[in-house]
Amino acid sequence: MKYQYESQQVAYPFFVAAMLLFAGQIVFGLIIGAQYMWPDFLFPAIPFHIARMIHINLLVVWLIFGFMGSTYYLIPEEVEGELYSVKLAITQFWLFLAGGVTAVVGYLFRWHDGREFLEQPFIIKVAIVIVVLMFIYNISMTMLKGKKRTSTSIVLLIGFIGMALLYLFAFFKPDNMIVDKYYWWLVVHLWVEGVWELIMAAILSFLLIKLTGAEREVAEKWLYIIVGLTFITGIIGTGHHYYWIGAPEFWQTWGAWFSVFEVLPFAAMIAFSFDMLSKKTRSHQNKAAILWTVGTTIMSFVGAGVWGFLHTMPQINYYTHGTQITASHGHMAFFGAYVMIVIAMISYAVPNLRNQESLNQKAEVIAFWTMVISMLFMGLSLTGAGIVQVYLQRILGMPFMEAQEHIALFYGLRFFFGITFTLGLGIYLYDFFSSAKSRTKG
Amino acid sequence: MTKSSVRNICIGGSGLTLVIFLVLTYLTHASFPERTHPENISEEVVWGKKVWEKHVCIDCHTLLGEGAYYAPELGNVITRLGEEGVREILEITAEHGWGGTRRMPQFDLSEKDIDGLVEFFKWMNNVNASNWPPNKEG
Ligand code: HEM
Ligand code: HEM
Ligand SMILES: [Fe+2]
Repeated sequence: MKYQYESQQVAYPFFVAAMLLFAGQIVFGLIIGAQYMWPDFLFPAIPFHIARMIHINLLVVWLIFGFMGSTYYLIPEEVEGELYSVKLAITQFWLFLAGGVTAVVGYLFRWHDGREFLEQPFIIKVAIVIVVLMFIYNISMTMLKGKKRTSTSIVLLIGFIGMALLYLFAFFKPDNMIVDKYYWWLVVHLWVEGVWELIMAAILSFLLIKLTGAEREVAEKWLYIIVGLTFITGIIGTGHHYYWIGAPEFWQTWGAWFSVFEVLPFAAMIAFSFDMLSKKTRSHQNKAAILWTVGTTIMSFVGAGVWGFLHTMPQINYYTHGTQITASHGHMAFFGAYVMIVIAMISYAVPNLRNQESLNQKAEVIAFWTMVISMLFMGLSLTGAGIVQVYLQRILGMPFMEAQEHIALFYGLRFFFGITFTLGLGIYLYDFFSSAKSRTKG
Repeated sequence: MTKSSVRNICIGGSGLTLVIFLVLTYLTHASFPERTHPENISEEVVWGKKVWEKHVCIDCHTLLGEGAYYAPELGNVITRLGEEGVREILEITAEHGWGGTRRMPQFDLSEKDIDGLVEFFKWMNNVNASNWPPNKEG
């Protein structure tokens, strides 16, 4: 299917930037994965902490590029009208790219702030806020001007506004470290287990309507179910981070009872996709896009839902808190939910923008299985590492560094699956960029 | 159920949980004087937190279980190594870095920075973290 509005083309550079920064993220993932085994690797030129902040910042930046590209692609079709301003979108694109690249290069020269995930220097944080406001303004105006205002577009917009508002807590740096920690989670937890889930659900809803041809009424009802479940469980669910950081013990009750149900919105997304598939009125030729779309609902359920559930009870979290179990869950959740939804959208939208049938189906399917299986096994390797760490360090009381030596095998496995993951990504990127040659415009 | 009744439950439920969350946040703040002893946050402690952030210690270490998992927990480091032990490690770090296999890079830490970090760790050590970590190894 061809794109319908000329201004949708502006999504394309966002997707290209996302893919390039994704490659960068993985290079730095491999570096820190290697340093876990050979601590002298690149030391002290690029020490672990610098490479780690680049690994995660690139992840977040390219995902946001992906979300923005997805939005620019789907909004004109949803509201049935051209984008309010293509020029603003392009300006916003370059500003964001410049900000992101400056931040990452700056990190290499030790220009950074000091809190996990929020290492962006003050001025970069301000730039991020400006970029997101430009984006929100553009989308809001497009919706006001458009013929229709669908639930999908409204949920998407709420997701972005929430994301911008919550990011304001990143500017709050109180002297009391415990207060600092408390509000830090309003950015981190309420992004990935709050407003980002809205963005994911909205993109999912758009994709499922396009790919199955099932009725919009059905999709939008599911969308509200998912949004409701997300907020009702996820807001108080923030409490699962407040058990051991100096906050009162009542969080062990509130946090646990709400966060155990955080698996429900992810379960609902699976049900949503299968319901839509069973009601399909057309057989879409882009099978790869369907694979990524259904895949993201299942993998986010596993990585975020199940792996999150495993350590969200205080009785368990007391032992697993801040171990490789956390890293295991972090990887599978981010990948299953946000990486895969962005790739699903790219696999659907990019061939349309290029007037192609689809990306190379065979390459896409191979890339899909290589990346998914690699990430699953990388997660399992880290779960193994975490179990050994919990037993030795938390239960037997072995010193941290001594326990780490006993985990070396699992770090080797993680690195191995990191390599196979990179191969899968390589196949995807090769296909993405090589098929650009046969792009036809108009 | 119709789409609009689902939407209303969604909005009502989210609003209600948000209100509960705000109330719990208020109660959390009310507990901080007793649990975190803000009266002990001296100028040194504030400086120590700034040094902690200047070198992003959190991207290798955990602090009360949050951070990176490459290096040991530091929320209870005073219990584990004692004030003198911590000071000695920081002094060696300022000179040429610390550690055998995984190494802490050399950081330019002045006397004032080291005092600040030690005071910061001492203050952290006294935060009531509900009996976490399970043992002194963190
Ligand atoms: C897509 C959604 C999710 C993403 C991207 C995600 C990601 C993460 C990440 C990166 C961390 C580590 C944060 C840090 O560095 O301290 C984390 C921690 C945690 N997550 Fe999730 N998560 C998601 C959903 C969930 C869900 C649904 C649950 C289950 C209820 C959950 C439960 C937890 C818990 C309990 C921790 C704290 C672990 C600890 O104590 O060390 N997460 N998550
Ligand atoms: C080649 C593949 C990869 C390797 C070798 C790798 C390695 C690592 C390492 C060593 C860490 C630091 C853990 C620590 O703090 O001690 C880390 C953190 C992290 N990585 Fe990756 N990574 C890879 C791919 C990915 C992908 C694809 C994603 C996103 C889906 C991702 C998301 C994250 C996140 C969210 C964290 C922070 C986790 C937390 O705080 O709990 N990584 N990674
Ligand atoms: Fe969370």
